[in-house]
Amino acid sequence: MSFANHLPTRREMLIGSGALFAWTQMPKIARAEGRDPRLLVIILRGALDGLGAVAPVGDPDWVGLRGESALLLDGKTPALPLDSFFALNPAMPNLYRLYKKQQALVVHGTATPYRERSHFDGQDVLESGISKPGAVSTGWLNRALVAMESGGRVDPAGSRVLGVGAVTPLVVRGAAPVMSWVPQKLLPASADTQGRLLDLYQHTDPKLAVVLQARMRLAALGGLPGMSDPMSEDPTFAPPGIARVRAYFAEAAATAARYLARPDGPRVGAMGFVGWDTHIAEGAITGQLANLLGALDGAFAAVETNMGEAWNETVVAVVTEFGRTARINGTNGTDHGTGTVAFLAGGALRGGRVVADWPGLKPGQLFEDRDLKPTIDLRAVLKGILKDHLRLEDRVLASAIFPDSADVKPMTGLVG
Amino acid sequence: MSSSAKGDAVLALHRFGMGPRPGSIAAIASDPRGALIAELDRPLTLAAAEGLPSSAKAYRTVADANARRTAKAKQAQQQAKKQQVATAGTAMVEGASEPQSDKQAQDAGDMAAKKAADAVPDPGRPIYLQEAKVRIEAALNAEIGFAERLVWFWSNHFCISANRIQSMSGAYERESIRPNALGLFVDLLQAVEMHPAMLFYLDNLASMGANSIAGINRSRGLNENLARETLELHTLGVRTGYTQDDVISFSNVLTGWTLVPPGDNPEHGGEFTFNPRLHEPGGQTVLGKLYDQEGVEQGRAVLRDLAAHPATATHVANKLACHFIADTPPPALVELMARTFRDTEGNLKEVAKAMVSSEDSWSLPATKLKRPSEWGVAMVRSTGITQIDPTRFTAGQELLGEPLWRPPSPKGYPDDEASWIDGIGRRLDIANNFAERAAATADPHDIIENVMGSSISPEVRQAVDRAESRQQALALLFMSADFQRR
Repeated sequence: MSFANHLPTRREMLIGSGALFAWTQMPKIARAEGRDPRLLVIILRGALDGLGAVAPVGDPDWVGLRGESALLLDGKTPALPLDSFFALNPAMPNLYRLYKKQQALVVHGTATPYRERSHFDGQDVLESGISKPGAVSTGWLNRALVAMESGGRVDPAGSRVLGVGAVTPLVVRGAAPVMSWVPQKLLPASADTQGRLLDLYQHTDPKLAVVLQARMRLAALGGLPGMSDPMSEDPTFAPPGIARVRAYFAEAAATAARYLARPDGPRVGAMGFVGWDTHIAEGAITGQLANLLGALDGAFAAVETNMGEAWNETVVAVVTEFGRTARINGTNGTDHGTGTVAFLAGGALRGGRVVADWPGLKPGQLFEDRDLKPTIDLRAVLKGILKDHLRLEDRVLASAIFPDSADVKPMTGLVG
Repeated sequence: MSSSAKGDAVLALHRFGMGPRPGSIAAIASDPRGALIAELDRPLTLAAAEGLPSSAKAYRTVADANARRTAKAKQAQQQAKKQQVATAGTAMVEGASEPQSDKQAQDAGDMAAKKAADAVPDPGRPIYLQEAKVRIEAALNAEIGFAERLVWFWSNHFCISANRIQSMSGAYERESIRPNALGLFVDLLQAVEMHPAMLFYLDNLASMGANSIAGINRSRGLNENLARETLELHTLGVRTGYTQDDVISFSNVLTGWTLVPPGDNPEHGGEFTFNPRLHEPGGQTVLGKLYDQEGVEQGRAVLRDLAAHPATATHVANKLACHFIADTPPPALVELMARTFRDTEGNLKEVAKAMVSSEDSWSLPATKLKRPSEWGVAMVRSTGITQIDPTRFTAGQELLGEPLWRPPSPKGYPDDEASWIDGIGRRLDIANNFAERAAATADPHDIIENVMGSSISPEVRQAVDRAESRQQALALLFMSADFQRR
C-alpha cells in the first residue's frame, strides 16, 4: 500500500512502475552472431502530443493549426532542426545529441490499430499487441520472450512475489518470469492528477477542496501568485513536483539500465511514465509538456550513462497509446487524437533520421478532420525492432506476438 | 433491488464495515441491518493467529534475546580488550609507538561489543509484523467488517503502544480485546487492565504502596498512571467528578498488579501476577466507597463499579457514536446507546445493535472522514486483494500518521475530521502509489459497477472516465469523497 520523502525502511512499500525480465540468456541467434542485444520499452501513459514533441515546421499548415503554441525554428525558444521538415522540442537536448550521433530516430504519424479515444483501451491495445481492446492478460514483449528460444532462464535474486498486486506494465506480463524493482523515490501524484482531484472536490466536497488547494500551494512554494491558475502558461512558473518527476524518471531509467547492463542481468525491460494527458494548458514550449519531455530526455541520458558499453547494443523504444488533436483546443490544450510519434534511441540503431510518410495537415488530410492521420502502423516499427534486434521470425511476429498482423510488414533498417 | 436498499447496503459497508468488496453490496442488499447484526453473532477468533505466540511467550522471546545480546556484547568486549592489550604489549617490546593501550583497548572493546550485540536479531519486530498481517487480513476478508471495526474501536479505546511494548502489541489485542469486544464491558475492562501489556504501558509494573513490604525501605513508590487513565479515558471520562484523592486511592488498590519477570520463569515469565510484596495493605476509598477486599479482588471490585457507573455508559456511548456516525452525534442517539448500555449491564453487542437499529445511524449524511487505517483497508478491499505485505502496509499507515498500535498517547488516535483532513495530500501520494500497483489487476469501471454498487456521484464517474490511465482513474476513485467519507 504504499506512499515523498521517506526513511530507508519505507523502501519496501514503494513499488515503482518498472519491470524487467529474469532473463540471463541472450537470444540464441543473436548470440550465434556474437551479439548481446538489449531492449527497453517505455510506455507514455495519457497520449503524447506528437506534434508538440516533434513539429512539422516545414508544413505550410503547421502554424495555422497551433498558432502561439506552434514550435518554430525561429521562435522565442527555437526548436531543434532534425531535417528540412521536422524539428525537435527544445526541451530534449540529450535526444538531439543522440540523433546527431545517429543513435536516435523518430517515427512520425504512427499509431496502433486502435481508432477510438479511450486511454484504457488504447493502452491495452498498445501493450497487448492485439488489435482490439478486450480482456487480455499478456503483453507482446513477454510473448516475444516466450517465443525466443533461450538456453534456459535463471531467476536472479530479487525476483519475488510482491505483497500487493502486480506492478508490471501489461506489455511485459505473461508466462516469462518477471522481476520488478523498487525505486527509492515515490513518484508523487502528478500535477495533472492533483488538478483533476481538486476539480472533483470543488464539485463534490468543498472542505477537501480547501485542504488540497492549500497543499498544492504549499508544494509550489516559490511559485508566483496566480500559479494555481491552470491556464497560466507563464514560463517562469515550473509546476510543483516537476523536479520530483524528473528525479523519478531518471532514477527508474538508470535502474533499468544498470540491470540490463549486467553480464548476468535481464535483456529486456519495460516501464511506464504517466502524465501526458494535456487537455488544458499543454505548454509544449515552456509549460507542462516541455517539462515532461525534459524529464523524458533526462531518462534517455540516464539510460545511456548507466548502460556503459552495453549502450552500443541497446534500443530504447518510447511509445504512447495514441496522439492528440491537431488543433489546439479552447483551453490551450489538445484532446485525444490518433497519429503521434514514437522515439527510438540507442547505440544499436541506424538513427539520425525521421521516418514518416507525411499525411499533411489540411482539414481534408486530417483523420476525421481532427487528428494527425496515422500512416505508419506502430506494430511495423515494433516488429522491425524485434526482428532485426532480437531476431524473432516473421511468422511468429505475425501470429503469437502481434496476432493477425501478417499484412503489417516489419519495418526494415532500423537496427544495425 | 430498490435504490434505497442498495444505498443502505453501501452505507452499511462504509459506515459500519471495512468498505465494500466485489459483490458485497449485492450480498447484503436484501437486509443490510440484519446482515450487520448477524455478523456480531459470529465468533471473533482468528484462525490465522494460531501459530502466533502468546503475549507472555513473545515477551520472553524478546527478553531472552536481550539477555543474549548483553552477554555476547560483554564477552566480545573483554576479548577485544585482551587482544588489544596483547598487541600493544608486542608493539612496546618491538619499540614501536607509545602505547595508549587503555583508550585503544576501550575503543576496540566497545566496537566489538556493538558488533556482537547487533548480531543478535530483535525478535520483536517480526512478531509485530506477523500480528499486523493477521489483523489486517482479517479486515480484508471480513464480509462486512462491522465486528472487526468494533475490535479496532475498542483496541484504540484501550490502547497500548508498540513503542513501549512491541512484542506484546498484537497479542494484547487478540487476548484482551477480541474475546470481549462483543461481550460485557466489565469483562473487557478487567481483561485489558489486568493485561501485562497495559500494566507495562501505563507504568504499573513496579508501582508499590508506601506501606507495602517493598515500599517501606524504598525511595520509589506509587505510580498513578494506570489508575488515572482508567478513570479518565477508559471508564468515567474526563471531568466526571473523581478527584486527585480518588486517583491516589485507586493507584494504591492497583499496586501489586504486575507480571512474572521473564528471567526467573521460563514457563510463566511475562504473565500477569499479583505481587503482594508491592501491594498497599488495607482498605481504600474510591469515589466515596470503601474497598477492603484482599489482594487482586480489591482492584477487580473497583473495576466492576467503574463499569457500572452511569458516567461510563455515557462516555462509551458518546465515543462509539462519534466514531461510527458523526463527529457531533445526535444526543438522542447517544442517549439511546447509553441507556442500552445501562439496561443491559454493559452488553456491548446490544449497544452495537442499538446503534445500527437507530434511524439516525442511517439518515445522517456521510460526514465522517475515514481514518487512514480504515481508508487503506477499504482501498485494498475494493480491488479484491485479500493478502498484504505487512511491512508495506504498516509503513503506509505510518506515513499517514496512524502507525499501527503506536498511538501518540494513552488517549489513542483521535476520530474527528480536523485531526485527519490535513493528511489528504499525503493520502493522494499513497493512493497514487497503490493505484499504480493495483492498476495491473483492478479495473476502475469494474470497481464502480461491482464494488461501489454504482452508488457513486456522477462527478466521480466522469473523472474516472476521463482519466489518462487506469492508475490515475483508480487514484481519483480512492481519493473521492464517496470513498473517503462515510
